[in-house]
Amino acid sequence: MIPELGTFALILALLLAIAQSFFGLVGAHLNRQSWMAAVTPTVAGVWVFIALAFGLLTSSFIVNDFTVLYVATNSNSALPLMYRIAAVWGAHEGSLLLWVMILATWALLVAGFSKSLPVAFRARVLGVLGLVGVGFIGFTLFTSSPFARLIPAAQDGADLNPLLQDPALAIHPPMLYMGYVGTAVAFAFAVAAMLSGKLDASWARWTRPWTVAAWMCLTCGIALGSWWAYYVLGWGGWWFWDPVENASFMPWLTTTALIHSLAVTEKRGLFKSWTLLLAIFAFSLSLLGTFLVRSGVLVSVHSFASDPSRGMFILGLLLFFIVGSLTLYAIRAPSLKSEGGFAIVSRESFLLLNNALLVAAAGLILAGELWPLLMDAFDLGKISVGPPYFNLVFLVPALPLVMLLGVGMHASWKRALLETRRKQLLIAAGGAIVVALVLLGIYRSIGAPLTVVGFAAGFFVMASALIEPVSRWRSGQSMPRAALGMAIAHFGVGLFVIGVTGVVSYKVEKDVSLAPGESTAIAGYEFKYLGAKPVTGPNYEAIEARVLVTRGGKPVVDLPTQKRVYRVQRNPMTHAGIDVAWNRDLFVALGDDLGQGKWSMRVQYKPLVRYIWLGALIAAIGGLVAILDRRYRSVRVTESPALKPGAAGETA
Amino acid sequence: MWRYFVPAAAFVALGGVLAFALVRIGSGHLDVHEIKSPLLGKAAPAFALPSVADPAKRVDSRNLAGHAYLLNVWGTWCAACEEEHPALISIAQSGGVPLIGIDWRDNREEAVRYLAQRGNPYQEVGSDEDGRAAIEWGVYGAPETFLVAANGRVLVKHIGPLTGDVWKQKFVPLLAAAGGK
Repeated sequence: MIPELGTFALILALLLAIAQSFFGLVGAHLNRQSWMAAVTPTVAGVWVFIALAFGLLTSSFIVNDFTVLYVATNSNSALPLMYRIAAVWGAHEGSLLLWVMILATWALLVAGFSKSLPVAFRARVLGVLGLVGVGFIGFTLFTSSPFARLIPAAQDGADLNPLLQDPALAIHPPMLYMGYVGTAVAFAFAVAAMLSGKLDASWARWTRPWTVAAWMCLTCGIALGSWWAYYVLGWGGWWFWDPVENASFMPWLTTTALIHSLAVTEKRGLFKSWTLLLAIFAFSLSLLGTFLVRSGVLVSVHSFASDPSRGMFILGLLLFFIVGSLTLYAIRAPSLKSEGGFAIVSRESFLLLNNALLVAAAGLILAGELWPLLMDAFDLGKISVGPPYFNLVFLVPALPLVMLLGVGMHASWKRALLETRRKQLLIAAGGAIVVALVLLGIYRSIGAPLTVVGFAAGFFVMASALIEPVSRWRSGQSMPRAALGMAIAHFGVGLFVIGVTGVVSYKVEKDVSLAPGESTAIAGYEFKYLGAKPVTGPNYEAIEARVLVTRGGKPVVDLPTQKRVYRVQRNPMTHAGIDVAWNRDLFVALGDDLGQGKWSMRVQYKPLVRYIWLGALIAAIGGLVAILDRRYRSVRVTESPALKPGAAGETA
Repeated sequence: MWRYFVPAAAFVALGGVLAFALVRIGSGHLDVHEIKSPLLGKAAPAFALPSVADPAKRVDSRNLAGHAYLLNVWGTWCAACEEEHPALISIAQSGGVPLIGIDWRDNREEAVRYLAQRGNPYQEVGSDEDGRAAIEWGVYGAPETFLVAANGRVLVKHIGPLTGDVWKQKFVPLLAAAGGK
């Protein structure tokens, strides 16, 4: 009964989403107040019924209802409760339900926090979000229902993929989807602006917090995925240029560009059509990512069990939204006028460069992603495009981007007034170079050719980001949250650059085979293998090896590391032993049993690796601080005297 | 202002190509998971593995010289291998070409039990516990199946479960060229 109720709830949600888009778009077009007023209740209704469906599927997982095909293929009675809940989004059907759940939540938030927007504009935004909802709820219902029955029922489930039985991965997909789907909000704002033909500074101001919110989720989601890959895939890498990683990274790059171009559109009335285009691109790349992962056209460790009919359905959705919005763009863009010019050296120029470099990186990654598929589709041979290509096409735009960032933060609108900050910038640059050289001395190696450049650029950006907050603090001035958020986010970027530079330049990896009592040394640390014993987990058997790490004879840590075999799916999983310190990770992964107590192992020394994720986290926190800027709230209060007291204070 | 239509046109073109790729995947003409083995047309790697049936004996590629054979890499831990098992049995019964198995990273007792339960399509099965032989053959996931000609060259490789259709389309046309006895 429960799964049938779930299907029924999804059908109701689909009908309500159709009503939402009809009342929103047609109501605004015909200017019918009563139709537009009906949009908010439909948004709430869609959310309620999708949440109901989601709750019902979760309950089927919790009670181990193996008459539900999706539960039987992705869960097991021995699976711990936490992972039975996370298993809801562990495969295609359920993760699609999560996708629409998050879309409905974004729409609900937009409906709740945009009461002060012009009625017709708000109706159009929610109407467009409704249309996206219709597409994806329909996709779930017609091609990928998670509520299909399995008759006769399975005795027990086939278990969740062991790779996914991990706390970081339990929250990685929801976070990432919040980012992916969040780009739909900026897209809806862009389409609404094109439909109404009005695009001004207040439009950009309304769109900014939503874009930053989506970007924040995307940043956290990608960082979580990277962290997970680091310790679960077992080999200590943190980024692989896997097609699915790229699928999340391209929207991130375009959303980052969009945040910056929105700033120009708001403050200076420039880049209008470019901003629209970026909003469309960010959402398009999110949809394209969804397509690539779920249609089976790409090979990846992430790809879902897929079939071409599903691929066709998403491709249809993709073309409808992208080609539809781009056609609208082609009609509207020629009439958008920029409101002024700017000097060659000005904040506008820096942001233009920022946009060009970010979009170039996204475009080159997209080319590398699709090129093998094109070759293959036209029988021109099988090629694979790997890390050497991606590292190059990313590094070439990213390096100038980071260097320009340190200076660009202090450029003024219209024309640069770097003179006011010239002294501080020079001190920051000089200091950064000195600190970078000191680091090289500490590691006693000049590392790779770009090591000193990476360190210096990273420290320069961090120092530069601190100039404004520190000088305001010293003179007792307050700082607007948006500016503070920007400084924090850029500080995070600098930290990230230092982490990447450190780990790429000075990591040490060694593959060894050790018998109990034997040891190996890397980077001044001695790893002594003490022995292995079998251990039993709730749904797996494991061999646990103990490795004692010492430095100069003093014990550092006793690292347990496991190789697990999950009972149902039988594939072995490495559970790496990692010791974390502020300046380095020590990493041991167990390989194969070589007989006579000998094991192959990979030991690694990873300097500064934590700053990769810490930098991303700090950047995301910067986004959060910026969203909380008073400007995004107070303006709404003044623009809408009728607003209920209290409602304005809850802006997300 | 036609230039404003450039983004839309570019996406239509991209969509067309993606649709084309999907149609070809759907009709079985395009397999993105297939990676052309560098072994194709080259001499098959040599191996000498302890036999699963009797560890004292060896399954040696030298004894196979001069005969065509089908090499199948499998393991009891591999669900897709179970899936292809019936197809292997009917291939073995058709008698066109002998099957040699490589039991990859597996436990010998479990392999013996597996074959006793499901039937044994293999003429011989070698136990590749440390996975060295599979590395020589460039195996990256089980099951994988290779057709080796009488002259010792690898003619075709299939990744994933072998179905009746795959056998007919990909392997049968090559059997004559393989020159089995």
